Amino acid sequence: MSTLEIRDLHVDVETPDGPKKILRGVDLTVKSGETHALMGPNGSGKSTLAYAIAGHPKYAVTSGEVLLDGENLLEMSVDERARAGMFLAMQYPVEVPGVTVSNFLRTAKTAIDGKAPALRHWVSDVRGTMENLRMDPTFAERNVNEGFSGGEKKRHEILQMELLQPKFAVLDETDSGLDVDALRVVSEGVNRVKGNTDVGVLLITHYTRILRYITPDYVHVFVNGQVAEEGGPELAERLEAEGYDRFLTPA
Amino acid sequence: MSTTTTQDTGLTTDHAQATADDAHSHGLAPEGSRADRATSFALADFDVPNGREEVWRFSPMNRLQGLMAGALTGTAPQVEVTADEGVRVEHVDRSDDRLGKAGAPGDRISAVAWESFAEGLLVTIPAEHVAGRETTLTVRGSGEEPAAQHITIIAEHHSEAVVVLDHRGSAQLAQTVEIHVADGASLRVVSVQDWDSGAVHASSHRAVVGRDATLKHVVVTLGGDVVRLTPEAAFAATGGSVEMNGLYFADSGQHQEHRLFVDHAVPNCTSRVTYKGALQGDDARSVWIGDVLIRKAAEGTDTYELNRNLVLTDGARADSVPNLEIETGEIEGAGHASATGRFDDDQLFYLRSRGIPEAAARRLVVRGFFAEMITKIGVPAVEERLLAAIDAELDAVLGDLADTEDVSQERRVIEAIESGEAQG
Ligand SMILES: Nc1ncnc2c1ncn2[C@@H]1O[C@H](COP(=O)(O)OP(=O)(O)OP(=O)(O)O)[C@@H](O)[C@H]1O
Ligand SMILES: [Mg+2]
Repeated sequence: MSTLEIRDLHVDVETPDGPKKILRGVDLTVKSGETHALMGPNGSGKSTLAYAIAGHPKYAVTSGEVLLDGENLLEMSVDERARAGMFLAMQYPVEVPGVTVSNFLRTAKTAIDGKAPALRHWVSDVRGTMENLRMDPTFAERNVNEGFSGGEKKRHEILQMELLQPKFAVLDETDSGLDVDALRVVSEGVNRVKGNTDVGVLLITHYTRILRYITPDYVHVFVNGQVAEEGGPELAERLEAEGYDRFLTPA
Repeated sequence: MSTTTTQDTGLTTDHAQATADDAHSHGLAPEGSRADRATSFALADFDVPNGREEVWRFSPMNRLQGLMAGALTGTAPQVEVTADEGVRVEHVDRSDDRLGKAGAPGDRISAVAWESFAEGLLVTIPAEHVAGRETTLTVRGSGEEPAAQHITIIAEHHSEAVVVLDHRGSAQLAQTVEIHVADGASLRVVSVQDWDSGAVHASSHRAVVGRDATLKHVVVTLGGDVVRLTPEAAFAATGGSVEMNGLYFADSGQHQEHRLFVDHAVPNCTSRVTYKGALQGDDARSVWIGDVLIRKAAEGTDTYELNRNLVLTDGARADSVPNLEIETGEIEGAGHASATGRFDDDQLFYLRSRGIPEAAARRLVVRGFFAEMITKIGVPAVEERLLAAIDAELDAVLGDLADTEDVSQERRVIEAIESGEAQG
């Protein structure tokens, strides 16, 4: 049983004109086995929160803390955070030329586990998981994200989540750019991890359609760098119907 | 059938980065056709260049000065030879008529090299001899005085051999390497530039390829202050095949320049040029020029050249200029590609966000980048050495970066990854 605690988090993003304030005091706690949906308008800072938790160098935490089972995540390097059990499925996964998916996955698995996976099981695990995600086996020999379509990149993110088995996964708009079939396939992948492990999920999205497959326990409305309202799954439906207008301060 | 493809592949083709002017010329080079470029054995035919000439415009002239002024008097580096039993290695006088038959020098330093040597080293693979092992010439520099060196390799008809030139130590060297691949012969020449820092090495490789002969030419450039190689291959008869592969890794302050020329003057020959380089550190600099000339008579030519660079840090710069001239329409195929990519913060972040430490992430990227090239070297000992050298280069940079982290944990993770690689 693990806990991810975000307390009064303030974050600036580095811009050419100097630092820009994005997160203005975020409080959020996710426990193992829970699924939290984080919904909010464009530019409200959702990805910033995701990147700040993962430790992207462009985002500077100016105050507040992020604790994983009481340990200060912010003091860890990016790769230490991942080895501590954090995972971020990115909104825009990065192309890494020259590195094949299979080599990348094996290296990541080895890094996370601290030892190389037994080869025979590993190969069949990878193959099976790719099959479940309807990924062609040839992806294994392609370079990471290079020339992948938007949907393929998202499947590849969930493939990693399934294989790396994190304690907490932040899924940043994993649903965007997916057609109905792909959305189902990817959601099933997330649900498999939820079924097989005790992963806690923070699912960032604009739309409720992914929430029909992945049921959230809690919904948080994110506006202007803060959590503006919290509730159960019914809040998501209401947001879909009404939009975010009532949260936005009138000019 | 005639196809001409011009293609840019890779994540970024960075022409702005590539050069200031006309970086990527298709057709005529800025100073006219490669066919018109003067060559001569006479030093007097080449003025001391000022650096604005086409062939020198990317070169650090001040660092090459010692090799330009006039005939060189320093002692040539020692050459240690381990040869295949059937291969003859002899020291011959410069008047030996087997020397100087692979074309004339094409620039000032090549002419200096030709003018300055007293005795040449001649390697002969006798006709129909199939060598059972590599012949290695270890060129060990130990002097600071500018010197010249001449090596001629003759693969007689229907012979097969591998010759490795391994450059080590320190030197200021103007060198000529002549290569003859006679009819039906198959020769692999691997030239490794692994000099100590401070070395300056300019070398003209001039190869002539006979009927149905095969030359595989491999360049590996790692160490030395300035390394400037001009490998050239000319087809003397039909049915020849040339493969020129190169790998280079430029560190802070190093200048590594490779200027290739493949001269298709006769029909039905094939050439493939593939060079890949990685750069890191302030003022790490690489230059790649790939000239291919398909003359009027060279019908049925099939050629493709490619250069890729991976820039690992800010402050490093790669120039890449492929240049293809086609004087006949009756060719099988001709194409080139040039791309310079950067290993950027986002890529590093992505890999690290999957638990992979920075050192391992860089290694993954650089090894991946070089992987297909390393297997093309064809000499296992050189391949292993290169892998070790790449790791050492990467470690050198990471030494400074690892301070802030939990180094012992990171080491364990890296070791696990390394042993996993050995297993898989
Ligand atoms: N590098 C940057 N330079 C300038 N502004 C930035 C930078 N990165 C983020 N921002 C700004 O920070 C704010 C929050 O961006 P963020 O990507 O976190 O929003 P988001 O909620 O994820 O939006 P979306 O729903 O569109 O993905 C936006 O106004 C964005 O323009
Ligand atoms: Mg976003």
